[in-house]
Order: sequence, then structure tokens, then C-alpha cells
Amino acid sequence: MSHHDEETDAASRADEFLQVFKKGAEFTQDLLKENERLRFRVVKLEETLKEKGYDTVDESPDAIELKKKIAALEQEKEEILGQIKVVEEENLNFANRYVEIEEENNMLANLYIASYQLHSTLDFKEVLQIILEIVINLIGAEEFGVLLLDEKTNRLEPVASEGLVTSELPSVAVGKGIIGEAVHSGENYFIDSMEGYERDFEKPIVCIPLKIKDHVIGVIAIYKLFTQKDEFTNVDYELFTLLAGHAATAVFSSRMYSDSERKLSTIQGFIDLLTK
Amino acid sequence: MTGYKVLVVEDSPTMRQLIVFALKRIRGFQIVEANDGVDGLKKLSAEKFDLILTDINMPIMDGLKLVSMVRNDPNYKETPIIVITTEGATEDRERALALGANEYITTPIQTMKILETGKKLMSV
Repeated sequence: MSHHDEETDAASRADEFLQVFKKGAEFTQDLLKENERLRFRVVKLEETLKEKGYDTVDESPDAIELKKKIAALEQEKEEILGQIKVVEEENLNFANRYVEIEEENNMLANLYIASYQLHSTLDFKEVLQIILEIVINLIGAEEFGVLLLDEKTNRLEPVASEGLVTSELPSVAVGKGIIGEAVHSGENYFIDSMEGYERDFEKPIVCIPLKIKDHVIGVIAIYKLFTQKDEFTNVDYELFTLLAGHAATAVFSSRMYSDSERKLSTIQGFIDLLTK
Repeated sequence: MTGYKVLVVEDSPTMRQLIVFALKRIRGFQIVEANDGVDGLKKLSAEKFDLILTDINMPIMDGLKLVSMVRNDPNYKETPIIVITTEGATEDRERALALGANEYITTPIQTMKILETGKKLMSV
């Protein structure tokens, strides 16, 4: 490249640089003008607000209206959240109540069937068998005995049992020990705690008097429950009492019927003797 | 929920009535009762059942024998069987399950438990 060519190239580059610089200067001028225009607009707007008596934009009617709406919506949201909470609590209460009603329903069904079965026969042995089945299947007792009051001796004599040998159960005097006291007072007995309990025929874990009104005719003495039952529920207490009432009536009726049948047979025998 | 037939095999009338009472709460369930295993087999041969509930300790033919015979019958290979046992009778329960029973229920009987187990096994 000659010296002349080098000079021409340098002039061309200088010209290009000048053009770029000019464009930059023009752009800066435009920005400054826009900035000036916006600042003017801001000042104008502030003047307008001041003329209307507002110090800031926040105090404009639109902003105040919007703020009010937001506050109202916030309040509505809180109310809805509160209502949801109430509904959730009600839902939980209903669910718990449903479980309770199911339990009560179960108990009533059991009681209905138990009483139906107890009064379905006048055979004394059958009644005792039904009592055993009910105590096993509805109460969940594994070892227990039924003792009936002999009014001549005023003692309770074992007549039936489950999981035990009936003859091994003791004869109990009324008023003596837990069993005798339950007959005397007519009150149900439940052990305070089943923890560490060891079977003692004189000290059952549960003793339920068989009562017709205030007249006690015997007891159900429970010594062992199936392992699934660690403690008694309120439903159990109710079921025990209601069952004991039905069992007592069934035992009493069947005994009366057996006695009357026996007496009738004896009388019939006498009549036959006299008339022959 | 209609057209399901359930056979209840139980020698104790009290227990049988309890189970039937529980199952009758499901509308459309038809329940047939049998007094023991032999009676149960007779009823099974006369009609088709969707579920069998059986006690284990029964006279004439016990529940274990019944489960075994039912499982060997091609008509009842797939029919769900629930056995009813007392809580302590673990051995009987395990034997029943090994012979082909699907589930077990322990006494004291809980209505909801019978319903839930029955529904589950029949996919009701």
C-alpha cells in the first residue's frame, strides 16, 4: 500500500467515526428532551393533585376506592376462612357422632338379639346356655360363672360357667366378699385396674347382679376377658346392666315355669291316683 | 347393591342372629342360614353364594372341615370365606386361613367389622 492510499483510508475511518458520534449526540439530545418532557409532566400532575387538595397519589379517590375494596375483600376472605373452619369442625363433630351412633346402634342391635334370645325359651337349661353365649360373644368374657341365689340357704350356688369347671366355683354367702356384697347391694362391681390381676374365685374382675327390679336372684362373675379387651367402655357398662336385667327375668320365668310344670305333674299324679 | 347371596353357618342361634342382623343392614343382601357344616354344604349345593361366613366350633361338621370342602369344590374355589373365631383361638384361625379362608372376625362381634369385611371381600 502506497502512502497516498493509507491517507485515504484514514480519512474514510475518521469520517465514519464522525458520523457515529453525530448520531450518538442526536440520540442523547432526544433523551434529554424526553426526560425534560416527563419531568414537566410530573410537575404538572403534582400541581393538579395539589390544586385538588391531595398531597400524594395514595389520597386520590380512585386509590381510596380501591383500598376500600381491598379491605372489604380481605374481610370477606377472613369471614369465608372462618366459615370453612366452622364447617370443618362441624364435619369432624358429625364424623365423631357417626361413630358414636354406630356404637350405640351396635349395642342396641346386640341387646335386641340378646333379649330376643333370652325370652325365646322357658327351658331353664337353654336360658343358661343363652346367657353363656351372650356373655362370651357380646361381652367378650373368656372365664366366668353364673351363680343363682338359693333363698332357703341365702347363699349363691354356681349353676353354669365358661372356661372354668362349674363345681370348682365357690358357694357364696350373701353379703360376704365382692360377690356376696354385689348381691346384697344390688350394685355392679368392676375392678379398678385389670393390670396384674390373677384369677381368684372370690374376687372377680366384674360382678353383675341379676336383678328383677330390686330383687336380686343371682350374679354373673367374670374372671377373664378375651385379650382384645383391655378395659371396659361406657357401652360395656350399659350393656352389662341391661343384659343382666333381661337375663334375670329369663332365669326367673324359666325357673317358675319348670317349677309349675313339676307341680302340675305332681298334682296330675295325685288326681290320677284319686280318680282311678 | 343387589343380588348378593350370603351363607351364614353358625350353630349358636344368638350368634347367627347377630351376624344376620348386621348383614341385613346392607340393602339387597340375601342371607341364608345354616346350623352346622353339613347343613351349610347342603345349602351350598342348592344355590350359588357370593360370600360364606362360618363359625369354627360347631357340632356334626366344624368350620375347618367346611372351609376345606368348599375350597375343593370347583364351584366355590373363588368364593370369599370369612371365619368367626374367638380372640384366643389363634391356632384355629391360622388353620382356617391355611385351608383357604380369606378373612377372620373375632368375637365379640362388631357389626361394622362384619359389614366392612364382607363388603371388602365382595368388592361391594
